[in-house]
Amino acid sequence: MAINAKTLNETEFFYGHKACAGCGGSLAVRIALKVLGENAVAVLPAGCMSAVGFNFPQLCFGNNAIISTFAGTASMLTGVEAGLRAQGITDFHAVGFAGDGGTAICYDNEAYMNTGIQKSSLTPFGARTTTTPAGKNIRGNLRPKKNLFEIVAAHGIPYAATASVGYLNDFMRKVEKAKNIRGTKYIHVLAPCPTGWGVKTDETVEIAKEVVDCGLWYLAEYENGEFTLNRRPKEFSDVSAYLRRQSRFKHLTDEDIEIITRSRDEKWEFINQNFK
Amino acid sequence: MAKKFLSGNEAFAYGVRLARPQVISAYPITPQTIVVEKLSEFVEDGSLNAEFIHVESEHSALSCAMGASSVGARAFTATSSQGLLYMAECLPYAAGGRFPIVMMNANRSTALPWNIYGDQRDSISQLDSGWIQAYACNAQEALDLALMSFYIAEHKDVSTPFMANLDGFVLTHTYEVVDVPTAEQADAFLPKYQTDNKMDLQKPRNLAFSAGPDTNTYFKYREHLGILNAYKIIDEAEERFAKIFGRRYTGLTESYRTEDADYILITLGSLSGLVREVVDELRKEGSRVGLLRLRYLRPFPNEEIAATVKNAKAVAVLEKDISFGNEGTVYTNVNSALQKAKLRIPSSDYIGGLGGRNISKEEIKIIFDELEQQQSTVKFLGIGGETNGN
Amino acid sequence: MKPYLRDFVPTSYDDIPKATAYEAGYLVTKNAGWRNARPVLDETKCIGCLNCYLYCPDGVIFREDSKIGIDYDFCKGCGICSKICKLKAIKMEAEK
Repeated sequence: MAINAKTLNETEFFYGHKACAGCGGSLAVRIALKVLGENAVAVLPAGCMSAVGFNFPQLCFGNNAIISTFAGTASMLTGVEAGLRAQGITDFHAVGFAGDGGTAICYDNEAYMNTGIQKSSLTPFGARTTTTPAGKNIRGNLRPKKNLFEIVAAHGIPYAATASVGYLNDFMRKVEKAKNIRGTKYIHVLAPCPTGWGVKTDETVEIAKEVVDCGLWYLAEYENGEFTLNRRPKEFSDVSAYLRRQSRFKHLTDEDIEIITRSRDEKWEFINQNFK
Repeated sequence: MAKKFLSGNEAFAYGVRLARPQVISAYPITPQTIVVEKLSEFVEDGSLNAEFIHVESEHSALSCAMGASSVGARAFTATSSQGLLYMAECLPYAAGGRFPIVMMNANRSTALPWNIYGDQRDSISQLDSGWIQAYACNAQEALDLALMSFYIAEHKDVSTPFMANLDGFVLTHTYEVVDVPTAEQADAFLPKYQTDNKMDLQKPRNLAFSAGPDTNTYFKYREHLGILNAYKIIDEAEERFAKIFGRRYTGLTESYRTEDADYILITLGSLSGLVREVVDELRKEGSRVGLLRLRYLRPFPNEEIAATVKNAKAVAVLEKDISFGNEGTVYTNVNSALQKAKLRIPSSDYIGGLGGRNISKEEIKIIFDELEQQQSTVKFLGIGGETNGN
Repeated sequence: MKPYLRDFVPTSYDDIPKATAYEAGYLVTKNAGWRNARPVLDETKCIGCLNCYLYCPDGVIFREDSKIGIDYDFCKGCGICSKICKLKAIKMEAEK
């Protein structure tokens, strides 16, 4: 039976944390842990989720969890896995939750939010951050968002997927699938940050749906060397409507939006040719 | 026990095998490579039952070892020089997390200029990172230290990571006859690692958390007490070691002909072998000279130094290290020990062996000669460069 | 295990653990004070679809008698539940 709100483990494992109201990242972590269950052993690097969940004595993970160094999520996770295996323990799920640029489950909020909204390599073209200000000379981030999903898939790992906190049934299905596959798995889940994106706290989920519906993000899987598209919008919703409701994009000109729309179309051309 | 002809690196690897680490994560760097090569052979031939993780950097090597330690596994890594500096972020992390990881460091110069030969600037630059730091002087001590380091690091009163230093090439690549204990002897010496400082499926915990201004000092004070406790546990480990293996080490320092010495040279690592020869030669000529070898820099042997040199007329430190803009760091530490013991003894500092530069017997004799002038100076050995801070 | 509020707050030197390791899910403060508006359920409209429970970033909505309950100790009042509810069964009411 497909995993959904009714069949999901009712226990909360990430609770009482100090994430901003409406935080998409905390939603992704919460749901993933509910799917993985109480034997999840979580590694979280220095970043939002560790900063909001591990302030001694307020410790917000009900399962085993540890903070790694900023760049050390994957390696610490490997050590956790090897250490448990070496002791003959096998009934666990080692999971890493990294923000932009991490491993296992990457909650992508499109900038370094914990330190105050600086550009990361997953910040999309045109977005204003505190290190890519939008002024007269430069209008926000000049670089395109890195395609981490396909970069990771290029390593030939058994399973990689994209997801969005706007489509949690899809995300839960993917975490569940990853849980039952041996080896390295990677899920890239788009998780809006109301604070960094400049939307209201109650719009997180809505905008996480909209980014998929307008075609700027897509839900896909990589398995056995093949890419599969999981959701194909019949007709894209309006890109400019998606962008203009966020204050990080409010400086964009019609030309900028045209560039973004064109790159979306190129991406979908590629998807149509290469994804099942 | 079996006699084997081993290099320092190999001897250390044999010692590590006897300690049965459960996870080994390492990245190769000259002159440490042989340790990890040897250990991967042991894993391959089945003589060591460990998970060997080939990581992509030294930062990952220690991060991976911390992951293993965080679930209660015994973990080992090894590095050198640039690698040690690259993993620097993880050093205080492991110490603050109280993960008793053992790491061998092959002492090597740090760039720039590039140089693969031995000096001790790499490990000494990390003295404040919260790790126990030991310096072996020969291959036998390297093997024995490998085994003892786990006992000391993992002791519940210590819970502190342990860096065992071997001079690059001079010790890591030099062959000697070494007694290799049996696995039974080693098992009798080293208990299994047991700790509450771990993630546990039966008793879940949150680890490596933040502690704000109110409690942070408490954690740091506890960490300090842990490494200070090593002082007592090193003695306990050596006592226990002597009972089983018949070799008795001498704690944080080792002194040679210092009882009646007027002039004492303080040094560390493999250099002490040469100094010992010079002491013997000068003694024959009637000079009352001695050697004090620092086996550990952390915890620092303040009391041993003061007790050993208290009747000396002058002391000198010979070290392969310089804290640029000041003086050798070992010298700074030694002077602090003298000052705390209210000893007013002239002390000099000789910076030598940088980038593997050879230190000759003649140069050591010059140091003892100059000691008789009872001055306090800082010099670069062999190039006549005198540098008195101000 | 779900993290829960504890009576004992370790603050002194003797209270703190030796290492940075402590019981999982140890809560000592609530989040109620963050809220500007509180979600209020109209039980007559709720059909127990659990979408609000699923999408709550803080996990403060739980199943209760075929409908839902809300843990106001930890609700931050983000309003996602109210927005996601197709039946408009949750209203955000300003906190006084």
